Amino acid sequence: MRHATTLRIGPVGFRVGSDWRAPIAALNDLYRDYPQPDDGIPDFNVHLFAARPWRRVLRPSVHIGGDFVIPDAAPLPLVQGLLAAEMGMNLQMALGQRRYLLLHASAVERDGRALLMTGMSGAGKSTLAALLMAAGWRLMGDEFALLDPVTGLIHGFPRLISLKNEAIGVIERALPRARFGPRLEGTPKGTIRHLVPDARAISVMAEPAAPRLILFPSYGFAAAERAVLPSETFVRLTQASTNYVALAERGFGALTGLVRRVPARALDYPDTATVLEQVERMWSAG
Amino acid sequence: MTDARILTEALRDPATVAQLDAAGWTALLAIARAEQLIGTLAHRLAGLPMPSAAARVLEDARASAEQGRIAALWEAEMARRALAPTGMPVILLKGTAYAAAGLAAGTGRAIGDLDILVPRARLEEAEAVLLQAGWEWVKPDPYDDLYYRRWMHELPPLIHRERDRMIDVHHTILPLTARVTPDADALIADSVVLENGLRILAPHDMLCHAAAHLFADGDLAGGLRNLWDIHCLAGEHGIAGVEARAVHHGLEAAVGRALRLADRLYGGGLRYGQGRDRDMLYLRRLLARDDWGRPTRKLTRLGFYVRSHWLRMPPALLAQHLFTKWRKTAAQ
Repeated sequence: MRHATTLRIGPVGFRVGSDWRAPIAALNDLYRDYPQPDDGIPDFNVHLFAARPWRRVLRPSVHIGGDFVIPDAAPLPLVQGLLAAEMGMNLQMALGQRRYLLLHASAVERDGRALLMTGMSGAGKSTLAALLMAAGWRLMGDEFALLDPVTGLIHGFPRLISLKNEAIGVIERALPRARFGPRLEGTPKGTIRHLVPDARAISVMAEPAAPRLILFPSYGFAAAERAVLPSETFVRLTQASTNYVALAERGFGALTGLVRRVPARALDYPDTATVLEQVERMWSAG
Repeated sequence: MTDARILTEALRDPATVAQLDAAGWTALLAIARAEQLIGTLAHRLAGLPMPSAAARVLEDARASAEQGRIAALWEAEMARRALAPTGMPVILLKGTAYAAAGLAAGTGRAIGDLDILVPRARLEEAEAVLLQAGWEWVKPDPYDDLYYRRWMHELPPLIHRERDRMIDVHHTILPLTARVTPDADALIADSVVLENGLRILAPHDMLCHAAAHLFADGDLAGGLRNLWDIHCLAGEHGIAGVEARAVHHGLEAAVGRALRLADRLYGGGLRYGQGRDRDMLYLRRLLARDDWGRPTRKLTRLGFYVRSHWLRMPPALLAQHLFTKWRKTAAQ
């Protein structure tokens, strides 16, 4: 492909190729402090391409492909090329990852132990992860947590944090000195702005952590907490995993092991100040 | 110019990977994924010294293929249970057959749909029993449905509503519209029974089917994997008597070409007849990948695509088919 870059996020190496310079330049800028794939050999390839040669210049529209593809993925306009690259990498993980059980969850770490946060889109996974990072936790990832079926440890996947709509302003105020990507207006998920994880998140991203607490946050409710039984946690996490079925027995073993060892709580929160307090309290009690 | 030669060389002689640098490994893995040969490659390269990042990717591919094998055999067992009361012979085809019989071609192989062959006279019965057992139509389109039933060598694909797996029920190995008509009765009569009562084609018929599938029925998509199957089948059972069997089915050209190309790409020396000029064109098509695993040589690909339709249908039917398809697309 005409333009290409390579990088590693957590334990996973990527090569991203593009028919245009801009998406690669954006990746190289925002991921400049990230390491290279181990041995220079990526785990996955992402292709950002024009479906027809003239669409490279005429109303350029970015199709997302790679080692693993879904047939009907909608293309994005070139101004959203960075988002296309991010979606391409997520897609490879969602469809192709077979080493780790992929949990659709954000994760932060303190004292070598991991806190997982999962839930519906809009529950505030990314926002919470960014706020906890601002409060001194090590960010492990805002989208995927990787459960190792062999060790039971969580590996981080600290890609750029994808902030959407109202969360953008909240985090810009919480982290005024952080690095952000461009504001991407009118994406399929509204306005998106990417936040670069802090230096510590990047420098120790290869270090796994033992899971200690699983939270199911819900934004927009009066503060409330309740214990979630392992059986319910199990079912909710199977739904929050894109490769649970593909991993078959290994996935089942990994997930049942996780829900047996690690307590889970549902967490309703009305605002960001309250939720930080709630998390700290639950973590100390945990 | 990079092409898929890097993959066929690694399969032919695993020691050649010692020369690969990081870019070479990256291309090899991308192309192997694109050709659905990464599980096969993983087994082929097992135990050789290699960068740990490559070993990791291949280990994942091995585990994936093993899970795929288990799921494919389970799907075959589900079909066996559904069809057992009818007493009809049920013959596994392609990947599932190789896995069920423990053949070298099945080692690490990606397996897609379940393909089975039943006697044509009992096709309706098989269909009714499968529908009863939870399989459903995939194609609701009446034209497609009718087309399959009139002209194809298989029922329209069925998918199981709980397991989400497809089954293709064949009654012969080439479309009825093809220029050649293999002897389906002989395929069934000479099939070999497995321990569980399911059957597989006799070794030479297996090879004939693989060649028919590759050259008489397709645009060569997935051809490197098909030729690897043929390479393994020829190596395991030898090719004595293959030519006579191919002649019986009217497949001598396809089988001859398959063996020649498999020999050229993967070695082994098992071939008959003289090479033809056009073999080079086939190789050009088969190897058309860049180092990202993306298809290249668009014109060659288009040529083989047109050829596949030409072989499958007589001109008048082809024209009628394309016209109907065009009208439906235009209407949408």
